[in-house]
Amino acid sequence: MNASVENSLSEAGAAGFLHRYEGLRARLPGIGLPWLAALRDGAAEAFRAQGFPTRRVEAWKYTDLAPLTQAGFGEPLTPVESALPLPRHAAPKRVVFVDGRFSPELSDTDVPVRSLARHLPELEGRLGTLARVDDLPLVALNTALFEDGALIELAPGEDGGVIELLSVTRADRPVTSHPRHLVRLGEGAKLVLIERSWGHGESRYLHSPVFEVEVAEGAHITHARIQQEARAGLHLSTVFARVAAGGTYDSFLLHAGARLSRSEAHVALVGPKAAAHLNGAQLLGDGQHGDCTTFLDHAAPDCPSRQTVKTVLAGRSRGVFQGKIHVHQVAQRTDGYQMNQALLLSDQAEIDSKPQLEIYADDVKCSHGATVGELDEDQLFYLRARGIPAAVARSMLIEAFLQEAIDGVTEESAQAALSEAVAGWWERNAA
Amino acid sequence: MPAVTETIDAVASVTQGTYKYGFETEIDMEFAPKGLNEDIVRFISAKKEEPEWLLEWRLKAFALWKTMAEPRWPAVSYPPIDYQDAYYYAAPVKKDGPKSLDEVDPELLRTYEKLGIPLKEQAILAGVEGAGDTPAEGGRLPIAVDAVFDSVSVATSYKERLGKEGIIFCSISEAVREHPELVRQYLGSVVPQGDNFFAALNSAVFTDGSFVYIPKGVRCPMELSTYFRINAKSTGQFERTLIIAEAGSHVSYLEGCTAPMRDENQLHAAVVELVAMDDATIKYSTVQNWYPGDAEGRGGIYNFVTKRGACRGARSKISWTQVETGSAITWKYPSCILQGDDSVGEFYSVAITNNRQQADTGTKMFHIGKNTRSTIISKGISAGYGQNTYRGLVKISPKASGARNFTQCDSLLIGDQCGAHTVPYIENRCMTAKTEHEATTSRIAEDQLFYCRQRGLSEEDAVGLIVNGFCREVLKELPMEFAVEAQKLLQISLEGSVG
Repeated sequence: MNASVENSLSEAGAAGFLHRYEGLRARLPGIGLPWLAALRDGAAEAFRAQGFPTRRVEAWKYTDLAPLTQAGFGEPLTPVESALPLPRHAAPKRVVFVDGRFSPELSDTDVPVRSLARHLPELEGRLGTLARVDDLPLVALNTALFEDGALIELAPGEDGGVIELLSVTRADRPVTSHPRHLVRLGEGAKLVLIERSWGHGESRYLHSPVFEVEVAEGAHITHARIQQEARAGLHLSTVFARVAAGGTYDSFLLHAGARLSRSEAHVALVGPKAAAHLNGAQLLGDGQHGDCTTFLDHAAPDCPSRQTVKTVLAGRSRGVFQGKIHVHQVAQRTDGYQMNQALLLSDQAEIDSKPQLEIYADDVKCSHGATVGELDEDQLFYLRARGIPAAVARSMLIEAFLQEAIDGVTEESAQAALSEAVAGWWERNAA
Repeated sequence: MPAVTETIDAVASVTQGTYKYGFETEIDMEFAPKGLNEDIVRFISAKKEEPEWLLEWRLKAFALWKTMAEPRWPAVSYPPIDYQDAYYYAAPVKKDGPKSLDEVDPELLRTYEKLGIPLKEQAILAGVEGAGDTPAEGGRLPIAVDAVFDSVSVATSYKERLGKEGIIFCSISEAVREHPELVRQYLGSVVPQGDNFFAALNSAVFTDGSFVYIPKGVRCPMELSTYFRINAKSTGQFERTLIIAEAGSHVSYLEGCTAPMRDENQLHAAVVELVAMDDATIKYSTVQNWYPGDAEGRGGIYNFVTKRGACRGARSKISWTQVETGSAITWKYPSCILQGDDSVGEFYSVAITNNRQQADTGTKMFHIGKNTRSTIISKGISAGYGQNTYRGLVKISPKASGARNFTQCDSLLIGDQCGAHTVPYIENRCMTAKTEHEATTSRIAEDQLFYCRQRGLSEEDAVGLIVNGFCREVLKELPMEFAVEAQKLLQISLEGSVG
């Protein structure tokens, strides 16, 4: 066992992952299914053709994957029974994945979440329909290597309630996990999904999940994403969502942990009056790099979309926001709004922002805004004039800045989980 | 929505109509052989009797160009350009100076007339002996014109008047002969030879352009103006402009461009370099109405231009204003390097694309000095099948404390076959800097039209009013002489946009 770990660790970069695929292929779940074997092989080939993206690729201009491509990583070990310290519940019902594999022991029962690995034979034509591999190498890698993930399928009209999906990585060794989650909401179904990424340990690791979210007519999903990886971790996630007429994909992304994190969302509004909210906040302290990248496709008329992303940067950190709204010619009466704000709290921080509009329909109302600055001196003065100490005043203003973004989350339980994750951030980073 | 339909029809009719500046002057031309190689570079340099260092400079640029690839990132598409299938040098055959306007080639005069150059200035431009000595009529503040007719600057007017102030305003080839030390010091200091594919091409084969030098503390008494014309068939125009404003000086420079109607696409790859020292101000205004091609997208100019200004001195200021209505493809990012503390960069732009026109334009603002400020106002109007992209970069270095940027990009869509795109890049590495970016995309609102029509305005006037209002922030930045021309150009586009 140790020898094989050393082997896989010695080889860095794309070649190491491709060798891992060759070695693991026969043992991967569902490889006996011809359609899935073809999907995995095709994805591995797509990854081989592209390699890891470099900064010469426009979509990766601001995020350098050197920490991933220049170090070796191994596959996670089979779980051994040991008490794993877990964060408090963010929702009454929780399912837990450890190193990308479903853990029945740690999960609550009676939750409408199943292990993807155990239901692969029934997923032909449903898995891999949204995730693109041709121009997204990390998604290709996930498709080739995924072992498990959450399978959530709600029948028409079903209310899935509030579910916490917790992904834990045991970072005692440099491991990678590539879980694939599939969420399908039937017509008029409803779900609040609080997705948390959590890490334990000091070692570097990679957690690279891919979500495919299918929202049928009139269905509504709140997807709160809380990234609290360990500080040496790398988090590279991709969400694909397709929203049918009258459906809503309401998401909020929080980047708080990890040394390097990038969350990419590809959301397509394909039916009239489908709606998308792609809000988020990034809290980046010394040594952290956070990248929030979104692609929003308005492919049907009368669709509204809202996006507010806020970034707070302390210490030597770098924040990236890339948001593209593409309005197709059929998408008349589109109402798109995008706001991106950043607060620089250190003279070693950097923010790179690229909001982008690509519009081919004339009857549209689209706007975006971006502001970057430091804390407002007038506001600080106002608070201090009322006897509030400088540190407290700063903390108040930062929290107010973030709260505005979190207020966009209408689901109470999700909002509470986010507020808790954000609270006290400045106190921890001011030191 | 009859109003909208009419608007679309109107826009269509305008652009399918005849291009106002679509004439071709038949005068004797001298060509270099077609194609591009080291010999052509040497030929151009020899024709212009250039010193050895400039030839070396050109050859270095040519060597760099051969290693470079054409940029593919702009949101424009066009068939591959055959750089060997063009003339890189064309000059009107030189004769002895005519004694009066009657002796001037009437074709040349007609060209000037159509360009709207006043008769007095026509005489000077055509090189009529003694024409430059009499003062301008009516006490009106004159404009000094340097007309670039294809590759050779035909004449420069008001030279003496400017000379009294110590101002140098001449063609760049003349500057190479008369003021080699200045040219050598500044040429390529803002846009180096290997800056990009088209700048390298220009550096290798540039044939003419304007040179302006404003000495210390001088406020240029008149607007300086250049008309660029691309005349002969299949010639590329590679002009090179260099403007130097010494400490405390001030200059306003106007550039107007027209090109006759052609079926083949023509390449235009200019380079403009501006240098502003302490407290100097350079205002650079462009009205570009080159032939945009016909309604099917045949013909038209490829306008691939590199324009950049360096605010080298403290409190210096460079202001770019552009009204881009012509060209089949526009690829242009007038930029400011804000090196001096408290220096200011401005970019005001109106870009109109109609029929099959494509424009990918914007600016770059590099904040390096302390308390540097920049303002970007961009207005894009798309009609027909036009594609209009704003692409801009605001970059703030860690030392640019107190830097400030404000950006506003608005797009107006007329018709459902066109596109409007906004691609801003904001890179901030300074805590005390503030940047703001706003962008909107919309069409002319029905209620605005209705409001105007209710008050008795015709639909055409209403659209004109609304579009003029949309562009006002930019148009008001133009010098008087140009504001009129620009408004006329907008009007021409508007005539078509409503029944």
